[in-house]
Amino acid sequence: MTSGGHVREPYKEVMKWIEQTDPNLIHQKHRQAEALFRQIGITFAVYGEGGDSERLIPFDIMPRVFTATEWEKLERGVKQRARALNAFLWDVYHRGEIILSGRMPGKLVYQNDAYEPSVVGFSPSQKVFSHIIGVDLVRTGADEFYVLEDNCRTPSGVSYMLENREIMMRLFPQLFRTNRIMPVDNYPGLLRKTLKSVAPEKCDNEPTVVVLTPGAANSAYFEHSFLADQMGVELVEGRDLFIKGDFVFMRTTRGPRRVDVIYRRIDDAFIDPLCFRADSLLGVPGLMNAYRAGGVQICSAPGAGVADDKAVYTYVPEMIRFYLGEEPILNNVQTWRCSEADDLKYVLDNLADLVVKEVHGSGGYGMLVGPASTKAEIEQYRLRILADPEDFIAQPTLALSTTPTYVEQELAPRHVDLRPYCLVGESIELCPGGLTRVAMREGSLVVNSSQGGGVKDTWVLSN
Amino acid sequence: MLSRNAESLFWASRYMERADTMARNLEVGYRMSMMPAKNGGYTSEWKSILTATSTLQQFQESYSEISEENVESFLVYDNSNFSSIRSCLRMARDNARQVRTAITRDTWLAFNQAYLEFKDFDDSVENRVDLPTICDWVKRQASMVRGAFINTQLQTDGYSFFNLGYYVERADNTARSIDIKYHVLLPTIDMLGGSIDNYQWSTLLRSLGAYRSFHWAYGGEYSPDRIADFLILNRSCPRSLCYCIEKITLHLEQLCSSYGKYTPAQTHAMRMLDELRTISVNKIIANGLHEYLMQFVQENNHLAERIGESFLFGER
Repeated sequence: MTSGGHVREPYKEVMKWIEQTDPNLIHQKHRQAEALFRQIGITFAVYGEGGDSERLIPFDIMPRVFTATEWEKLERGVKQRARALNAFLWDVYHRGEIILSGRMPGKLVYQNDAYEPSVVGFSPSQKVFSHIIGVDLVRTGADEFYVLEDNCRTPSGVSYMLENREIMMRLFPQLFRTNRIMPVDNYPGLLRKTLKSVAPEKCDNEPTVVVLTPGAANSAYFEHSFLADQMGVELVEGRDLFIKGDFVFMRTTRGPRRVDVIYRRIDDAFIDPLCFRADSLLGVPGLMNAYRAGGVQICSAPGAGVADDKAVYTYVPEMIRFYLGEEPILNNVQTWRCSEADDLKYVLDNLADLVVKEVHGSGGYGMLVGPASTKAEIEQYRLRILADPEDFIAQPTLALSTTPTYVEQELAPRHVDLRPYCLVGESIELCPGGLTRVAMREGSLVVNSSQGGGVKDTWVLSN
Repeated sequence: MLSRNAESLFWASRYMERADTMARNLEVGYRMSMMPAKNGGYTSEWKSILTATSTLQQFQESYSEISEENVESFLVYDNSNFSSIRSCLRMARDNARQVRTAITRDTWLAFNQAYLEFKDFDDSVENRVDLPTICDWVKRQASMVRGAFINTQLQTDGYSFFNLGYYVERADNTARSIDIKYHVLLPTIDMLGGSIDNYQWSTLLRSLGAYRSFHWAYGGEYSPDRIADFLILNRSCPRSLCYCIEKITLHLEQLCSSYGKYTPAQTHAMRMLDELRTISVNKIIANGLHEYLMQFVQENNHLAERIGESFLFGER
């Protein structure tokens, strides 16, 4: 929607259909969608709240629509970012030229918690460290997109992109007949192809790919099993795997079977108790040795997290210029780094107008949304910043665009963001779609599912 | 297939079958409780069901009186009872969820639906649906899982692990169901062959869904030895011990020939099958039906353990 409440061109067909349809029927479809999600078991786990630990993410039946032209620019921009981020990762584990050239402070990289000294000098297959990159974007105007952050480790939510589409096609077949919507269902195939294309050098056969999950109690377990299922590969837990020599094997009813590529959905800190957290039973003892010996590929690679830090983020445009010699197609949101004196002063003077985030935070936790906070909350947050300025960045609250959203039996504008998923292997692929997250509360800017945000289907129209 | 997945398939089907049999056992109790007992009162049937399902002691720890209402609370709704229908449906679904990548979507939906719908039942004593209704519902859910599985699952090793769980559990349950009858009869042994006795035997057949089959196989007359023969030794009755063990040997054979190995589980199953094929029902009754059934249950448990060892379940 534009600020005047007008509906933009790509939404015309959908709106026409809404206008011509009995509101009761639309309400009924909405209920049907919820029932389907519950029945299929598309839930995420909520920790520590008691009661029903499996919760549904609110699903909005109004799709978000992009024209082919809008998408084409986004696609180029996201792919450009993915290339630069991987070049950066390779660089900082080798010569660190971006730092030697003085374009980025070394402290940000080498003192970063996610920096992984044990892979220094190691070159993963195809030189790729981050194989699945989820880029969070917001739109502020007809032709204006900003990147909020990059997720280079294990971006989640892609199962919603696929299931949202399944459910929309089941509930609104007529909309799919009248709109020319690009399909997203080749994503699992692209993912499998990408993972196979980065098989380690010692793999001498058709690569065996697995998805590594912390287990059924994890909040994203549905997604892990869904992806393994759709790719047709095994979903394993740490206890299913063991190391022998330079290789990883899984325990099967036929005996041990070699594993070549692990799409891991657990954090660095947990993948190998011999290297990292000794108290964790989620990982596989000795996995890092096998990895460094070239016996197995881990996706994303250990240490990839150093590229998706919120402070490192501010340097991505610089990375694009430095490694690719190109101008960024997608802009960053203007960001103040509290580690720098001038920026810190500005932030402290303008807290009421800014969004302040923890550098290492995620999931929408621990942030300050200035305009939506009380004076007391702001003052309290000020003390946190002063105690450890390096831990915070700040951004303006953008005039975010809204999309029509079905709330309390009628359509109302709500803020959204978008996470397309970029796959990096032998080639770089972007599926025409993504996860649109929507803040279900009026005026709210927070779209994270852990904060009550919902999801909607994302349509890319073909020409 | 991953050993852990094989194990989950094995247990998903076991728990579903266990829920199904629990519903069937409750039906036996319900129907039997409508007949007057020899020594007055109507509680011996409920007690025998608790005994045969090995839950009597746990029951007595939490409930004071063996009434229909309390037994129903305990065997259908009680979360702390791992054999209750509620627990079985939850564990069946948990195992299915563990192994979603090894079952079809249809099968998963059937497991999940059973779990979700049960959650919606009101378990307060005043608002409960009546016992026959809930029993029918459970049996229907179990059929839907089994049907979805048979109709959609690729018939490879996973299919065999799932079925092994089914038949191990079913053999155990049939043996225990016959034993309920034994416990009911115990105080009224003089009535053997009387009309109440016959009513109880036919009730057992009904609850196992085998009433009509019995007639097809044996003609009209019930007698304890014929029914025991039917449920223990008849190779065409899909709940008989012999049938279950035969299916187990068959699935083990399929697995082992495709894996190219021979396992201790096969030796054990073959031995059980040989015995079932050669023993007569008269001999079983002469040596003591109850003793025979309990020994079978134990042997069957060993068989389950052998299966686990043979395919590396539980190796961590």
